[in-house]
Amino acid sequence: MTVGLGHYLAVGAILFTLGILGIFLNRKNIIVILMSIELILLAVNVNLVAFSTFIGDIVGQVFALLVLTVAAAEAAIGLAVLVVYFRNRGSIAVEDVNLMKG
Amino acid sequence: MILPALFFYLFAGVCVASAVMVIVSRNPVHSVLFLILAFVNASGLFVLMGAEFLAMILVVVYVGAVAVLFLFVIMMLDVDFAELREGFIEYLPVGLVIGGIFLVELLLIGGGWVISPNVAKSITSAIPANVSNTEALGLVLYTKYIHYFQIAGMVLLVAMIGAIVLTLRHKAYVKRQDISVQNARTVEMVMSVRKVASGQGLQDADQAEWVR
Repeated sequence: MTVGLGHYLAVGAILFTLGILGIFLNRKNIIVILMSIELILLAVNVNLVAFSTFIGDIVGQVFALLVLTVAAAEAAIGLAVLVVYFRNRGSIAVEDVNLMKG
Repeated sequence: MILPALFFYLFAGVCVASAVMVIVSRNPVHSVLFLILAFVNASGLFVLMGAEFLAMILVVVYVGAVAVLFLFVIMMLDVDFAELREGFIEYLPVGLVIGGIFLVELLLIGGGWVISPNVAKSITSAIPANVSNTEALGLVLYTKYIHYFQIAGMVLLVAMIGAIVLTLRHKAYVKRQDISVQNARTVEMVMSVRKVASGQGLQDADQAEWVR
């Protein structure tokens, strides 16, 4: 019944796979794609903290903190680009993005 | 001993279930709310692992900032989200196949993971035994990894400036104060005295005869 490293790695793997699956399933909705990327980064953080705890090395948590920073910055920039794109085109459909040439 | 295991399965189950709901939910607002639930439960997992500081930071940063930002953007954009869901069923089989293969591979790797017994030799900064997690993190973050910390701050600064530059727009009909334009004005640019003939007014305004 004791919870070991493998359990946390399994949770991280499932979350990561769900993030990948979300990108596949919601190919037209870029907001859900951004949320799936957040899920993937969360899975990465779960893995980093699990290894950090079970090995006894604090560097994993430092790195998880940096991943958290990058995730926040990525969400902010991604949503800003999305807002500008919506203002210019009036839609956020992913298929229309290839029209943005020149 | 049974209580941490029970809480692990509770947090992990709710986290995975809400992650599923994030990607299959019809309404993006529901997706964001399930994303918040997933993050809160992941922070519960962090607490179970003994990383309390990261757990609290996860709640503050993700739930307090990122998820609310998503919520704002979804409510600001006037988009027909039902239209964007077309092709969900179409992509479901290939997505499930690829996701299943990927998950099995990851579980095979992660499930058989054994930590080497002499890993203690390669530890760069061990977790100190008698201090709290926050203090232990601060002891290395501000000394050994200070450059990484400052680069992280720089990333956030660049992201902040970039988001502001991208979304700030100047509407033409909004009057703004421009100090340099104001200071560059001269009397000749803005004021003139016209000699108006008696009884005729300004009818010949096109061929104006300016008197300075």
